[in-house]
Amino acid sequence: MRVVTLKINDQEMSGREDEDILHVAREHGIEIPTLCQLDGISEWGGCRLCLVEIEGSAKLSAACVTKVSEGMVVNTESERLSGYRKTIVEMLFTEGNHICSVCVSNNNCELQDMSSDLKIDHISLPYRYPARTVDASHDLFIFDANRCILCTRCVRVCDQVEGAHTWDIAGRGIQSQLISDLHQPWGESDSCTSCGKCVEACPTGALFEKGKAAGEMVKDPKFLVYLADMKAEKS
Amino acid sequence: MSKIITIDPVTRIEGHSKITIHLDDQGEVEEALFHVTQLRGFEKFAEGRPFHEMPSLMARICGICPVSHLVASAKACDMLMSVRIPPTAVKLRRIINLAQIAQSHALSFFYLSSPDLLLGMDSNPATRNIVGVARANPELARNGVHLRALGQEIIEILGGKKIHPGWVVPGGVSHALTAENRDYILKKLPEAIQIAERTIKWFSAELEKFSEEIAVFANFPGLFMSLIGNHDQLETYDGRLRLADDQGLVVADLPAEDYKTIVAEAINPHSYLKSPYYKPQGYPAGLYRVGPLARLHLAKTCGTPRADQALTEFKKLDHKSAFHYHLARLIEILYAFEMIEQLLSDDMILDSHVRAHAAANAHEGFGISEAPRGTLMHHYKIDDNGLITYADLIIATGHNSLAMNKGITQAAKHYIKNDKLTDGILNRIEAVIRTFDPCLSCSTHAVGQMALDIQLIDMGGTVLDRVKR
Repeated sequence: MRVVTLKINDQEMSGREDEDILHVAREHGIEIPTLCQLDGISEWGGCRLCLVEIEGSAKLSAACVTKVSEGMVVNTESERLSGYRKTIVEMLFTEGNHICSVCVSNNNCELQDMSSDLKIDHISLPYRYPARTVDASHDLFIFDANRCILCTRCVRVCDQVEGAHTWDIAGRGIQSQLISDLHQPWGESDSCTSCGKCVEACPTGALFEKGKAAGEMVKDPKFLVYLADMKAEKS
Repeated sequence: MSKIITIDPVTRIEGHSKITIHLDDQGEVEEALFHVTQLRGFEKFAEGRPFHEMPSLMARICGICPVSHLVASAKACDMLMSVRIPPTAVKLRRIINLAQIAQSHALSFFYLSSPDLLLGMDSNPATRNIVGVARANPELARNGVHLRALGQEIIEILGGKKIHPGWVVPGGVSHALTAENRDYILKKLPEAIQIAERTIKWFSAELEKFSEEIAVFANFPGLFMSLIGNHDQLETYDGRLRLADDQGLVVADLPAEDYKTIVAEAINPHSYLKSPYYKPQGYPAGLYRVGPLARLHLAKTCGTPRADQALTEFKKLDHKSAFHYHLARLIEILYAFEMIEQLLSDDMILDSHVRAHAAANAHEGFGISEAPRGTLMHHYKIDDNGLITYADLIIATGHNSLAMNKGITQAAKHYIKNDKLTDGILNRIEAVIRTFDPCLSCSTHAVGQMALDIQLIDMGGTVLDRVKR
């Protein structure tokens, strides 16, 4: 594999040509915000928080799905980027119904952490207050659509790691929603193995264990990296 | 020509409200109405939510008494799970509930009502507040701050934070008490107990100055309701529900979760606050009072030595007068700290088994406990998956709705004799409301800086008199 040299935030560095900007940056101590990205499953580029500026390109690129190349000059921090990132997170808050104070994931939530990192203390956009339901039909877990940000981590982990593909996205645009099997209650799903990987992968309180009270749901999806490594060794 | 006097907003209470006083053609007071002008809607937006979320959600009803809602809600959830929670969890919940009662009573007595009691009902409204109290009697103000702070500190130690703590969860509490925290609280209690006792002595001696207020501050026969222990002792967490009249004659004694067989709620067009009443006597005759006065009227003992001494003296007073809510509050502060001391002295209090786990096992649950202001009732129904389909709450202040209206009418009739208004007269009418310490939600106007504009307007809209604060 060829090694390329590039510049990120004026810092000279090198990376393998099959690596993406996000991971090369991280290896060199540069953090780029993400929500849909999760080590151990495939990259999707859906949340758009990892957008970066690449010299010579007028458009912004998602760092998680853009491969590094020789001589590339990347900028991960600018007023324009932070403005976009803030707006994206504000839109996530206004699109659903996120009430941190009573949420099972309060203080253990990636969306909450992200708003804190981006210094979002007020939401400037109007809230949509969509009427969404809670699916508590599963014996062990609950899906609260109010808190779903459509990052598809659950969809990918269920498909790529567990091999069940219980979850998917139905609908388009603002109508998009997470569904289990053929849009039936989770508890009635034939494909779900109740492994709970989707719950661990979910960045918010949208998927959680039954019986948890506010702030009690702590997730740790790091095991996905070990699973991915073991899989790679085997093949 | 009939006229209406409006007091809007009512100050030094928890929440937002106004009072209107309706005068007849002769300028005599016809009736006075207490309007609660805010709408919350918790019963509605609880629908569809997992029941395990209820305690923390319901606690958000109020920033003054979140613990009361946590406790009542968690008890209702215990019933949905059909579990008997570990005995240590019961004791720990009792402690946090008592700390809540103590801190809330201290807020009501020292911050909100002591300006009237110490400085006088007619004193200058600009200084008739806790700052004025601090100038006139620094020790009294300091004591108030101390008692409230300790109640809040106990809540913080147990629940993680002073306002909207977690910890109380369906099935028990989320973690056990450490020996270090127990010892810390135990060390702080003796001073608080002494302060409470001293204040009771001081205020008991002051009572004779308020004979007129005692006579007309919601002083009428009627029923009293509260939880009561197995041995007729003061009870704030569990127990049976009892109603008795002002003579002590028991008219109802039943398992608390059966309250709907005797209590119904009426809706008044003038207020968002519903008016519960005792069903057998109908509406509005079935008026009853809850809260510290009712609890001490019904309880034969407190179960703690110093509070029992104070209760003996309290029993000699005319419990028909809402003015005695004040002294009852002080006695309950003493009781709360003494009882916390008793509970913490039990070796089992450090037991690590403090939570029972279960899924939803019943479709309906009731949680009844005593909040600072009276009996608090949470009633939930869930579907097979544990999602709330119905929530109905009767908040302590609601029980007192009828009595508060009757009380301000009585005081208005006594004090308002002609069209001329004075601040002192209107403050007395507000003070009737303050004896009940209604908690209309979360906001407190502890320092009297709120604009108060009272207008006496005739039917044609002409302002006859106006008092501005």
